Amino acid sequence: MNWDAFWLSMKLASITSIILLCIGLPLAYWIARSSWRWKFLIEAVVALPIVLPPTVLGFYLLTAMGSRSFLGRFYQEMTGSPLAFTFGGLVVASIFYSLPFTIQPLSMAFSAVDECLIQNAWVLGRSRWMTFLTVILPLSYRGVITAFILSFAHTVGEFGVVLMVGGNIPGITRTISIDLYDQVQALNDQGASETALFLLVFSFLFLSLVYFIDRKKDRKRVTVQFD
Amino acid sequence: MNRHNERYSRLSKMGSIKRSCIFLLSLFCLFLIFGSFNGSDLLGAQLPSGRKANPSENILLVAAASNLRFAMEDIVDEFGKAFQTEIQVAYGSSGSFTAQLMAGAPFDLFFSADEVLPRKLISKGLALEDTLYRYGTGRIVLWVSNGSAIHPEREGMKALLHPSVHKIAMANPRHAPYGAAAVAALKNTGLYESLRARLVFGENISEAAHFVRKGSAEIGILSYAHAVSLPLKDDGRFWPIPATSYPPLNQGAIILQQSRNVPLSKSFINFIIEGLGREIMKGYGYKTQKDSR
Repeated sequence: MNWDAFWLSMKLASITSIILLCIGLPLAYWIARSSWRWKFLIEAVVALPIVLPPTVLGFYLLTAMGSRSFLGRFYQEMTGSPLAFTFGGLVVASIFYSLPFTIQPLSMAFSAVDECLIQNAWVLGRSRWMTFLTVILPLSYRGVITAFILSFAHTVGEFGVVLMVGGNIPGITRTISIDLYDQVQALNDQGASETALFLLVFSFLFLSLVYFIDRKKDRKRVTVQFD
Repeated sequence: MNRHNERYSRLSKMGSIKRSCIFLLSLFCLFLIFGSFNGSDLLGAQLPSGRKANPSENILLVAAASNLRFAMEDIVDEFGKAFQTEIQVAYGSSGSFTAQLMAGAPFDLFFSADEVLPRKLISKGLALEDTLYRYGTGRIVLWVSNGSAIHPEREGMKALLHPSVHKIAMANPRHAPYGAAAVAALKNTGLYESLRARLVFGENISEAAHFVRKGSAEIGILSYAHAVSLPLKDDGRFWPIPATSYPPLNQGAIILQQSRNVPLSKSFINFIIEGLGREIMKGYGYKTQKDSR
């Protein structure tokens, strides 16, 4: 079990999900509330990473980050080093890759909020911003938690994109899923099965936590009915 | 409406269990974030070059073709002992590494499974010009696991026609030189067209070895170095494919332009082409020589 790789995955996943939450809250709010005619196009773009093979995303990201593209050159001139094959590059790739897993639970939760409550808040003189903070967000907190956990777990489980953009460099871009792949290639059966088992248990516990949070509310509703 | 009242109603709505869940979750996240930034790691991972902070720069990042994995692990151990350095090696197919290096991958050294790809990198100005070293010539073998009814050591290439062969594992010929050599050997013996549908391709030679070892493929065309490696040597039998049936697998190493430690890179290559590393390479069945170009 390679703990360096595990902590690298954890660091990548937590940074990615925090950044995604910052991007996701306004974007999901806009998707949930906007009535723009071409909104469906934005929704399709956001959902693309679910459908696209990771290799397609990896190919475009690598091309965009490479020193031959405009963006890659710009970044290199600003910071003095290329973005591909660095931890920063992995964060950028993971943000694209996990975006739908943040946006979809958030926008679903936001659109489930009763329109009357929102309009009441407006009538009572709350600004849009305050209405979002004091009415919409508290009512959709479960969506926020789900979005965070799903994007976190999805980033931990990321493989193809990280392999293409990160290049399996020990200590810098070798995440836990890449490390497992590397152990299989090294014909190290014991190491591979340890890592695989660890990841299985970890994912199970993580998802159990998600469903545990969900379970409480459902159960309460049932008890109220029987009382 | 009173602001205090509103906040109170919001909190009570959420319920104490849910609140404690959120609290636990945020605690967990904080733990993860701070736990994962241990010491200078935060700075190290985000240094401009993408390397860990290391004042002496006594560290080499090596990209090596998969066939080298077992020999390279031994060599790195010995070199590390002799030179007190840390060498980190990533393994993959030579073609993938070439693509990654063109996109700016931060390696110091590249050990390819051929000489064409290193030359390509030199011509693109990505490697130091006078640094193409032929560090070994590889071989390919037919490999079957111990219990197999196929006997390549008796039947040679005809073993591939055995009725129990459904899948033949090899490296992807499009970007792995050992895969290309395997295809050349099949074409040379006139078996390629009839066996074409049975070929399965690993991303590199190690993945092909994994396929045949786990029984997903009945026979594999692997590197000699894999066949005599610790995990495989007691698990199966092999037959070296005659070197006349495929173009020689001359393997070249280069020092990349961005290398931060050219002297150390040079001494690592020297260790392999004339030092103790050469003996290790021979032990894994590579033909070695001293001439460098």
